Amino acid sequence: MQTLVAYVENKPGVLNRVASLARRLAINIDSLTVGPTDNDQIARMTIVAHTDAKGGHRLEASLEKLVDVLLAENVSERSLLERDLALIKVRADQQNRPHLMELIKVFRGRVVDVAPDSLIIEVSGTVDKIDGLIEVLRPFGVLEMARSGRISMTRGGDLLQPPPQDVPQSATV
Amino acid sequence: MKLTGAEILCESLTKLGVRDLFGYPGGAILPVYDALGKSKLHHVLVRHEQGATHMADGYARASGEVGVAMATSGPGATNMVTGIATAMLDSSPVVCITGQVSSKLLGSDAFQEIDITGITMPITKHNVIVSRAEDIARTMREAFVIANTGRPGPVLVDITKDAQQASAEFDWEAATPKLPVKRKQKNFDQAEFDRAVELLNTAKRPLILAGHGIMVSGAMKTFAEFVKSANIPVAMTLLGIGCFPANEKLNLGMMGMHGEAWVNHAIQEADLLIAVGMRFDDRVTGDLRTYAKTARKIHIEIDRSEINKNVAVDAALVGDAREVLESLLPHIATREHGDWLARIAEMKGDSAVRDIQSLPDNGHLYAAHVINDIWKATNGEAIVVTDVGQHQMWEAQYYHHNAPRSLITSGGLGTMGFALPAAIGAKFAKRDAEVWVVVGDGGFQMTMCELATIVQEKINIKIAIVNNGFLGMVRQWQEFFYDKRYVATPLVAPDFAALANAFGIRGERVSNRTDSINTIRAAREYPESVLIDFRVEQEDSVYPMVPAGKGLHEMIRRPNNPLVETATEP
Ligand SMILES: Cc1cc2nc3c(=O)[nH]c(=O)nc-3n(C[C@H](O)[C@H](O)[C@H](O)COP(=O)(O)OP(=O)(O)OC[C@H]3O[C@@H](n4cnc5c(N)ncnc54)[C@H](O)[C@@H]3O)c2cc1C
Ligand SMILES: Cc1ncc(C[n+]2csc(CCOP(=O)(O)OP(=O)(O)O)c2C)c(N)n1
Ligand SMILES: [Mg+2]
Repeated sequence: MQTLVAYVENKPGVLNRVASLARRLAINIDSLTVGPTDNDQIARMTIVAHTDAKGGHRLEASLEKLVDVLLAENVSERSLLERDLALIKVRADQQNRPHLMELIKVFRGRVVDVAPDSLIIEVSGTVDKIDGLIEVLRPFGVLEMARSGRISMTRGGDLLQPPPQDVPQSATV
Repeated sequence: MKLTGAEILCESLTKLGVRDLFGYPGGAILPVYDALGKSKLHHVLVRHEQGATHMADGYARASGEVGVAMATSGPGATNMVTGIATAMLDSSPVVCITGQVSSKLLGSDAFQEIDITGITMPITKHNVIVSRAEDIARTMREAFVIANTGRPGPVLVDITKDAQQASAEFDWEAATPKLPVKRKQKNFDQAEFDRAVELLNTAKRPLILAGHGIMVSGAMKTFAEFVKSANIPVAMTLLGIGCFPANEKLNLGMMGMHGEAWVNHAIQEADLLIAVGMRFDDRVTGDLRTYAKTARKIHIEIDRSEINKNVAVDAALVGDAREVLESLLPHIATREHGDWLARIAEMKGDSAVRDIQSLPDNGHLYAAHVINDIWKATNGEAIVVTDVGQHQMWEAQYYHHNAPRSLITSGGLGTMGFALPAAIGAKFAKRDAEVWVVVGDGGFQMTMCELATIVQEKINIKIAIVNNGFLGMVRQWQEFFYDKRYVATPLVAPDFAALANAFGIRGERVSNRTDSINTIRAAREYPESVLIDFRVEQEDSVYPMVPAGKGLHEMIRRPNNPLVETATEP
């Protein structure tokens, strides 16, 4: 599994280009998230791909060839903070509710919606943690689930920033 | 100055230095054609939009400048797909302009609406849809920059009909490209560079693998200096042919599936390979597990994604070939490599043995003879545009190119039907050059409609059809690997000479060796286009051949037939 972070132009079709490229390289994408940055022209992607280090390099270098990709970096070997967010709707009756609440607490989840027969739990964290919570919830009955896909950031002073865009361009062509 | 989008497009193309473009009209591009009529641009009416893209590609390959093709929406655009893919795989700078339905109709399955930017996403370097007249000038400038910088490639610009019709201010100075600014990549560090120099200066059996990137970079002069100061022999890829003169002693010829035997053996025996602007295509390497096992590798390459893709290298110098070679030059120690050069010379054998011209005539006409005759008659100075198949390989083996961009051929996609239209494009790029088409009877029938374009444009091109009555290259595979079961490869053709006449082109037919050289000479003297139908030996094969999946040293060699010996045993 390889994790890449990319800054891309925030315009229609870019996600399609990125996905199309991965498909062309026969690399299966496990998770791809896109979100805005504080520059509304630029979006940030976290791509988790089912491939080895060689495939990760190929994907990184090929992504950077796309005109709309400003930077792509394979961060798999770096010290990373990774987060996934999940909303899990779980069956809950009066009897098992207390037990459920305890489990949720252990996983630092939050109950964000309460209905007579179910709860929606919000939990964020590493994929392992969320998978762990889902496992313990399964016996109660997981009715529905939505996951955000991963976002990643390198730790500490290891900064990944988009290149400044206000550079004048040659008028020669 | 207020102009319509269509006029802005024509003005922009003129400002970008375009003189000729290749296209075919239709409803969604009609405003542009109206404006073209009033512009100084010369529009070449093709007979099929695939031809337009190949012409633009041929123009680009012959000149190094961007070639431009144009088509209407829908079927016009989809007919371009093969030509775009051809340009993509060989990194050729082509800009394709397609008309599109009006922006308010987009997504409504309107008449002749097709998502051509979606279709061509994986086969263009970039593509874009323009729906406002005021964006056309800037987008065209950007398209030209993208197509012909870094690793070149095709760009498609899809312009909606309302954008062509609307009016906007035309201000060329203001319409500077606004491409996203990318981060600056560090190409290589000092340690990598030092390692490359160390390898270069200590190798005992070094070999340079020269590719198309040398031409793209315009690095021919620097490359020649590099080769001579290092005194290292050179092998070329198919698309690298011409980057270093064939008459140079250090030039060994082509490598790979149909490369010269001594070249492939040299690759397998080398202790250092210096790959310059080539991408280790599988037709070049054969089985990767046995490829150049004893050699360290240096890769000089502009595209980072090519590094370690097929072949793991010991030093990767990412960057423009000319710049990298220039930085290496001062560090090169001139060395003899005497034993190594002697070993290669030994493998090469006595070259006189291979000179097919000096072999006796047995009454048969072999394609190799035809190519050799064309080479002799043209003093090796013509631009030769080939199609795909056996004739393509024989051209590469028997036409010795001394000048860059003088062999134009579809390598990566191997597109049959490429030659005739690409030659038309090349002729427009190099109007004073002698242009020859070398094409098979199969491939010629794919795009022969462009004969009419030749006549309408009154251009002078010589067409040599290597007519073996077969889809020869496929027949060869059936002979070698399918027990000679010739399924769907015997091929009926029209009388090509009569066909040429029907188009208004002089046609000739040659079926023996004596007529060959004379007909070629006469064709050269004739001031207009000539088509020659060479009836060659039907079941000849291209040797040597590395069967798919086999190692480079595991070549099938020509059975002992001295007449058309392509290479001597090492
Ligand atoms: C029937 C058939 C048989 C074939 N048999 C053979 C064969 O026997 N031998 C053979 O060699 N080929 C053969 N080919 C062709 C083969 O498929 C490839 O097209 C060819 O080998 C590619 O050559 P290349 O790597 O030099 O060029 P390209 O594929 O064009 O690659 C050029 C490389 O140079 C790089 N580059 C571009 N610009 C620069 C620059 N400025 N500086 C540095 N690098 C740059 C590019 O990034 C790219 O990696 C055959 C094709 C067909 C159709
Ligand atoms: C468009 C296309 N279709 C099919 C092929 C597969 N193919 C490669 S070579 C060849 C035979 C070419 O025959 P011909 O043009 O007669 O040339 P020859 O090999 O006989 O010299 C074929 C069918 C191809 N390269 N391109
Ligand atoms: Mg044939």
